[in-house]
Amino acid sequence: MSTLQLEVVTPDKKVVSEAVEYVSCPGIEGEFGVMPHHVSLLSGLKVGALRYDAQGKSQFVFISGGFADVNNKTMTVLAESAELAQDIDEARAKAAKERAERRLVENAETLDSVRAHAALQRAVVRLEIASLR
Amino acid sequence: MPSLKDVKMKIVGVGKTKQITKAMNMVASAKLRGAQARIERFRPYATRYRHVLAELAAKVEGNAHPLLAEHEEKKVCVIVMVTSDRGLCGSFNSNIIATGLKLAREKTAEGMEVKFICAGRKGRDTISKSSYELLFGYGDRMGSVDFSLASAVGQEVIHGYENLEMDEVYLVYGEFISMGQQPPRTLCLFPVQAPSVEEENDAEQVRCEYVYEPSEEALLAELLPRYVKVQIYSGMLDTSASEHAARMAAMDNATRNCNEMIQMLTLLYNKTRQAAITSDLIDIVGGAEALNG
Repeated sequence: MSTLQLEVVTPDKKVVSEAVEYVSCPGIEGEFGVMPHHVSLLSGLKVGALRYDAQGKSQFVFISGGFADVNNKTMTVLAESAELAQDIDEARAKAAKERAERRLVENAETLDSVRAHAALQRAVVRLEIASLR
Repeated sequence: MPSLKDVKMKIVGVGKTKQITKAMNMVASAKLRGAQARIERFRPYATRYRHVLAELAAKVEGNAHPLLAEHEEKKVCVIVMVTSDRGLCGSFNSNIIATGLKLAREKTAEGMEVKFICAGRKGRDTISKSSYELLFGYGDRMGSVDFSLASAVGQEVIHGYENLEMDEVYLVYGEFISMGQQPPRTLCLFPVQAPSVEEENDAEQVRCEYVYEPSEEALLAELLPRYVKVQIYSGMLDTSASEHAARMAAMDNATRNCNEMIQMLTLLYNKTRQAAITSDLIDIVGGAEALNG
């Protein structure tokens, strides 16, 4: 079976570099799947879970937005932060979720609500992915 | 002629200084390895980023985005200067600061108002004492550079440029070329000069049939601000590696100088000792002669 070289890169490190059979991505305009020989594509990504199948097993990666560059045989995901499901710090994500929720309730007027909502969303997605592993 | 004891004390003192400079050299070399590893880890991200942006920018009309457009009236020039937090690294910081100030003078001569944003304590302290306005100063953060600092600085300049508060933005930092070379470098951040595709070879041309999701313009709007942050971050990483390399060289020099000084002082010590013995002997012989006489 033909494969696709998936690379997930952040400013700090390469998170994934693997030959995979299928990738599912949280695109800005909706979830999309990529298989080998996909048409060349450049898409923005939003906060969410990226799933990839390699050797019959599915893996989940947390992506905090970024973009994906797909061409014939390779797919590069550039994200500001990305974590493999097993690397997610559940306790920290839970704390972040509570903090964001509290901030949204307590000081709704003075708050930068866009940022708080984004933080909440990141925490929720992280927890979701952590529960999948 | 200094007394024997004075010389002995001096030798001990220089020996202690040598121990310190040697230790600092080793610490700097360990930190340099860390900084170089960080640059290595960042490189794939930066190169991919430049590549993607170059392809995208080639497809979109010149001034499609406010960050790409040049302002017609140029009034305010902002210089983002990245230095280290600590000294004892030779002329590294003063070179960067001198380059920044030279640029500032040129821009002032062109009739622009110059303001500074400084990361690193050395640069911040110098600018806050100078006549230029310091917009933001980040001190004590260069020890462990992370993307959030670059992101914060980037956000400020992007915001400033979009709101027409800044008309030109430059980044001044210490480029890391090799262990012996860390020249200060100036980079124009705004107006953004998108990397050109020409660097890529012709084989890449095949890929021009791209699907963009969402549209090219929307993607460019997403990518450009982050590109600025990527540039600032890479400047910071370079500066931090250069700082350690410069400190290693400076401390190596200092250790060598200590060795030379100890050698000279030991010579002086021995001479003084010999002179003292000789004069003692003359005294004894003279005394004996007097008794016999």
